[in-house]
Amino acid sequence: MYAQMVETGVKKVKGLDEMSAEERAFQEKIDAEIKIEPKNWMPDAYRKTLIRQISQHAHSEVVGMLPEGNWVTRAPTFKRKLQLMAKIQDEAGHGLYLYSAMETLGADRDEEIEKLHSGRAKYSSIFNYPTLNWADMGAVGWLVDGAAIVNQVVLQRTSYGPYSRAMIRICKEESFHQRQGYEILLHMMQHGNDAQKEMVQDAINRLWWPALMMFGPSDADSPNSAQSMAWKIKRHTNDELRQRFIDQTVPQLEFLGCTAPDPELKWNEERGHYDFGDIQWQEFYDVIAGHGPCNRERVETRRKAIDDGAWVREAAVAHAKKKKQQAAA
Amino acid sequence: MTKYDELTEFLLLLGDSAMVQGQRLCEWCGRAPAVEEEMALMNVGLDLVGQARNWLEYAAERINDGRDADMLAFRRDERAYRNLLLVEQPNGDFAVTMVKQFLYDAWQYHLLEALTESADEQVAAIAKKSLKEVTYHLRRSSEWMERLGDGTEESHARMEAAIDTVWRFTFELHRCDAGMQALAAAGVIPQADELAQRWQTTVADVLEKSTLTMPEAARSFYLNGRDGMHSEHLGILLAEMQFLQRAYPDASW
Repeated sequence: MYAQMVETGVKKVKGLDEMSAEERAFQEKIDAEIKIEPKNWMPDAYRKTLIRQISQHAHSEVVGMLPEGNWVTRAPTFKRKLQLMAKIQDEAGHGLYLYSAMETLGADRDEEIEKLHSGRAKYSSIFNYPTLNWADMGAVGWLVDGAAIVNQVVLQRTSYGPYSRAMIRICKEESFHQRQGYEILLHMMQHGNDAQKEMVQDAINRLWWPALMMFGPSDADSPNSAQSMAWKIKRHTNDELRQRFIDQTVPQLEFLGCTAPDPELKWNEERGHYDFGDIQWQEFYDVIAGHGPCNRERVETRRKAIDDGAWVREAAVAHAKKKKQQAAA
Repeated sequence: MTKYDELTEFLLLLGDSAMVQGQRLCEWCGRAPAVEEEMALMNVGLDLVGQARNWLEYAAERINDGRDADMLAFRRDERAYRNLLLVEQPNGDFAVTMVKQFLYDAWQYHLLEALTESADEQVAAIAKKSLKEVTYHLRRSSEWMERLGDGTEESHARMEAAIDTVWRFTFELHRCDAGMQALAAAGVIPQADELAQRWQTTVADVLEKSTLTMPEAARSFYLNGRDGMHSEHLGILLAEMQFLQRAYPDASW
């Protein structure tokens, strides 16, 4: 999930009888699964929540390029280098696509990016972890994109039209990335030497729990979920999606011949799901609050990119203006 | 240094240059002036690394000593690399990156255009495929030259400084050695002076539109990519790019 703990600014979900006529018409549309489009009336809180969620999602795509950029200059073969470059290019494209969806809600891209740089806007906690060996490029694709897909597949049915359509397009590419990531790991496990197999297990050990945290706090501690669910911005709870991810991932983990760093992970016949150990929520809240291993570097790199590029963007604007004046003269 | 036959040496010049330029573009990841540019820089880099693979596959086939394109790219030392000095220069600011890209694109474009009619069928086929991509690269970098050259005072000054930084390496873009003469005589590659003329015309035209000064022709000096006489920057670039292949020589990725 690339958007975590999105504030709705709503304390209690209103019933239909407590709503104004406009609000009621809006909610009835949502209940009837009719998509909300940019020009339709929408409650202010719905608009703001969506801007927060979509911008978090867009920021995550862009910040998410950094841990991969750490290895793109060191990819070991043509095949792997080209794959990773293509993946990074896709992510930049997703970022752009999502910023555009966000702009349909009247938000300004530069303002939202400024919020990211000043620490007021968030991005997925997962990208605050370092990538420390090549297998991380496989594990990020498999686990991180895998977790993102579980969330995004349901977001294809989200109530806001432009966001839903962005998700449909993005999901196709993410699935491809996930398979590629898994194949990187599988190749290392099946054809690699001992050092490579150790890299794979090491990457899984480091990224397993942070990947589970991507779904956000457990439902009991997720105060914004009820409103987001009523608006169908969210379609399933954090815990449901987390369970779905674990259930589909464990067989893949076993096929790799690797283990998860969770001694309590085991199939529960009665529930029809895997049981798993307690998530260290304090770590999650620390990372979200800016105290993760790479928060500072990630935000500083992004801020520097935009600051260093200011003269480029200014020149492009100045040149376009000159051209326009010349054309008018 | 081992020298291969003339065509193989020429393939290494093409492949190594595309590879090193692509590697420099990878260094921009997450650091570009706008998200649109993140996409574009990675896209151009992707094209170039793909082209490098095609050229080096053909080179490996001709060298025929058991090494494949990966081995040529990820295990060769700097003295065996044949890339242009221009592309190994550090990225600097966006102005330096764009000036390097433009000067290289103009060279690639005219060279590939001529190579589509090479007497060597495989060269012609790779050139044809690459030319489509490079036509776009040149259009894009020419547009940026104009935007930044004729943008603001600051961008103009940065572009003049960028040209000053890298122009000295352009002598390789209009040079001809004995090996190239032989290939040109056999119709495998274009005549060097014609190519130089076309490059010169394109560069002069774009610089003029960009309100930038065209320096005098650069003169050759001690360094020479064709003989593996590189600047100190290439070794570091390769150390990073080749790390995994060097550290784990028996690994399969």
